[in-house]
Amino acid sequence: MTDFNYDQTLHLKNLLSPDAIAEIDGWIKKYPPERKRPPIIAALKVVQEHNGNYLTEELMQAVAEYLDVPHIAVYEVATFYSMFHLNEVGKHVISVCNNISCSLRGADKVIEHLQNRLNIKVGETTDDGVYTIKTVECMAACGGAPMLEVDKVYHENLTEEKIDQILSDIAAVELNSKEMSNVEAKD
Amino acid sequence: MGKVHIEIDGQKLEAEVGSMIIEVADKADIYIPRFCYHKKLSVAANCRMCMVDVANLPKAVPACATPVAEGMVIDTRSQKAINAQKAVMEFLLINHPLDCPVCDQGGECELQDLSVGYGDDVSRFTEGKRVVKDKDIGPLIATDMTRCIHCTRCVRFGQEIVGIREFGATGRGEHMEIGTYIEETVESEVSANIIDLCPVGALTAKPSQFKARAWELRQAPSIAAHDCLGSNIFVHHRRGEIIRVVPRENESINEVWLSDRDRFSYQGLTEGARLLNPRIKRNGEWEDCDWQTALNLVASEMKRIIGASNGNDFGILMGNNATTEESYLAQRMLRKAGSNNIDFRTRRRDYTGDGRGSVRSGMNFPMENLDTMDATLLIGADLRHEQPLTALRVRKSTGYGKAMAINPFDGEYNFRLSNELQPKSNMLAQEFACVLAAADALRPESLNAEAKEWLDGIEFNDEHKEIAQNLIDGEASCILMGVYVQEHPQAETINWLAETLASVTDSDWGYMTQGCNAAGNKIAGAVPCQSAAGGKSEQGKTAKEMLTEGLKGYMLVNCEPDVESIWAEQALQNLKDAEFVVALTSFADGRVPDYANVMLPIAGCYETSGTYINVEGKWQSFAAAVKAPGEARPGWKVLRVLANLLDLSGFEYESSLQVINELREKFDAVGDVRVARKVPPPMMVVNEQETNRECLGLYMVDPLVRRAGALQKTPKASTHPISISRVKTR
Ligand code: SF4
Ligand code: FES
Ligand code: FES
Repeated sequence: MTDFNYDQTLHLKNLLSPDAIAEIDGWIKKYPPERKRPPIIAALKVVQEHNGNYLTEELMQAVAEYLDVPHIAVYEVATFYSMFHLNEVGKHVISVCNNISCSLRGADKVIEHLQNRLNIKVGETTDDGVYTIKTVECMAACGGAPMLEVDKVYHENLTEEKIDQILSDIAAVELNSKEMSNVEAKD
Repeated sequence: MGKVHIEIDGQKLEAEVGSMIIEVADKADIYIPRFCYHKKLSVAANCRMCMVDVANLPKAVPACATPVAEGMVIDTRSQKAINAQKAVMEFLLINHPLDCPVCDQGGECELQDLSVGYGDDVSRFTEGKRVVKDKDIGPLIATDMTRCIHCTRCVRFGQEIVGIREFGATGRGEHMEIGTYIEETVESEVSANIIDLCPVGALTAKPSQFKARAWELRQAPSIAAHDCLGSNIFVHHRRGEIIRVVPRENESINEVWLSDRDRFSYQGLTEGARLLNPRIKRNGEWEDCDWQTALNLVASEMKRIIGASNGNDFGILMGNNATTEESYLAQRMLRKAGSNNIDFRTRRRDYTGDGRGSVRSGMNFPMENLDTMDATLLIGADLRHEQPLTALRVRKSTGYGKAMAINPFDGEYNFRLSNELQPKSNMLAQEFACVLAAADALRPESLNAEAKEWLDGIEFNDEHKEIAQNLIDGEASCILMGVYVQEHPQAETINWLAETLASVTDSDWGYMTQGCNAAGNKIAGAVPCQSAAGGKSEQGKTAKEMLTEGLKGYMLVNCEPDVESIWAEQALQNLKDAEFVVALTSFADGRVPDYANVMLPIAGCYETSGTYINVEGKWQSFAAAVKAPGEARPGWKVLRVLANLLDLSGFEYESSLQVINELREKFDAVGDVRVARKVPPPMMVVNEQETNRECLGLYMVDPLVRRAGALQKTPKASTHPISISRVKTR
């Protein structure tokens, strides 16, 4: 509920760009005014996107105040869905499902291979800030187990070769964007 | 609603359409195991412990979430049901630690009990159990979240009953945790009810943590003493030592709940500095003495002062926990000894209503009805801090009804208000009068000429009209005045306005009162204007007069006017200047020792028998749960002996029961007579200074609560609940 001592500098409007606020307002309008909780997911997505791909306590509280819902209601959503990151993450978050179907089909091996290739553990980010490995709950792609998701794309029926391919594709994208920015910088 | 016919375990039963199997079974005393189901909370159906076998259904179904249907045949003990229940139990025990020997819930744990019934003796689970970090949620509730079975009763309690969501379920699957996410102290005034709700040892009472095992405790029924509801409680004690206080179910008063104040105030008795012997101050030094010496001195001083001043210069002030018996004996003794200066209303400014209204003050309707009001208008009522459980009832009504408030402060509400006016504190009566004027315009035939004349010239706006209209439209509606109103300099005007508005709009009305026994004190005659049961009395001095003008002699009965009166500073000075002050008190600390000449140790709450009469007029008697420590004696006995020493006749009582029966007879003979309130004098604007008050905080209301350690450490103790400073410009 509204906290009387609420610090106005932490108001969502002061933490986000007007565009982002407009986007959230658009979501709020989609639901009847007395239904305050449905827009939480959408609002958190917008906020996360505008905050370098992760959420902070401060931001989650601001969302709660903005939507006029209890703080805990926002934390519940943010901690439930694995697409929300509560700590700083790399540019590409590799989400590996380790629920029952994927586990039976070798999720452990997928994780191990990723860890060896990137030289980090689950939950960690590479030093260059490019990759994060995360384990997530069932993504409803059991038919293609084992699977992972990265940059909003599902990759199914994983093998070590497929994983290597995914990683080199990301590396290529990264290289590209670095060159682009170098070019821009020269201009 | 229609009825259906079902059969549970061979027993033929009739049930309401739409009720769940578990409700019907509970009513018929057929036990179905459960964790998440609670009759006061919504159905979550997440523990799956309540599986039963319904004929013609392929699988066992949860009894808490399966509505009954005509002809349903249910078996709670068939092999199918038992298999399902056992399977669920095995899952629940997977992550539950087996730390019952060091768990406070051990011995009264629903999980422990049910695992005896449904658990296997050997676990098939050999993998590691999960561990959840404990949370510090404040001084009242101890957490051990590894034990949590995720029934979400605590979460639903906050969300549904209190309307403040502090708890939630974060994380997912194996990582799900119940808690506050960011470590926060749980701040509601009824928070500790989750201790009772939690079926396991995840949430237990911190003040009594590791103090006793459940099976060592004996329970004694009693009545809570910190607000005018008179919540029903059990005092749990081990060989005379109070360990804890828990609610005793009474649907018409506290339902199954208890406010934190009523639950933890006992700590004042067990941990406060108790007065164990009668004491006399000699040459500025306190000396312990025997009862005889102390009482003889009190009697002779009383005789001297009353005799010399014709009764004018001695007075008695009753504290906020005084029992009806104590008040009755005190006033009877005083009046027989020749004085009428007795009062308990140390926070009342306006006494012009004395002798008007009813003999007891309070509500004219049962508290239960608050649940189903279509419209409730609060006047100067901060329910959450005054009578926390009434706020829960009003909240219930706002599911379909409207709640409105005219409060001259920033109230904290756990329900939505449809209309809110926030006048300045000195304009409360004026603002309220506008609503009556609006009601009069809507229903012009109801008021008499005198009242109409009084209202002449008072203008109202649309908001006032809406409030009046809501009261008229509501089939059940009420006007509820808070303790604040009775402390207002225009209390009587506001009371008249409320009762008049109630009659115009066909509403009920009620005043919430100070302390736990205002009705009892009044019926007992502990007021300067009337003796017991509304009997005639010459006018004595009011609490205000006694405290601000000063007396030569005072008797204080568990009363600390230097803290709890509105005129605390003046009171302190006058008590210091008095020739003789005798304090009947349970405590040896505070400022009483500075100004008293004699201190008599009396039993505290739960240590004496007595009667409290609640705001609805329910007489609730209780026996002593434990014995008072040291030489302390029940207040009524001390007063009785004192009366004997004053050579007064008719004080031969041998039990408190005789005392209350005598009063009851007197009261029943006359009944709750009502004297109509007079149309008040033309409205004056009072000085704002006179209305601003340092309010008595939630945990400041009486000597016992002020000494309750854990409550004093909560955030609610440090903040004044009402901030009148906010001035609204309109
Ligand atoms: S803490 Fe207790 S009441 Fe709350 S969800 Fe866990 S077991 Fe249920
Ligand atoms: S278990 Fe991995 S996608 Fe369903
Ligand atoms: S009591 Fe029925 S599912 Fe929990």
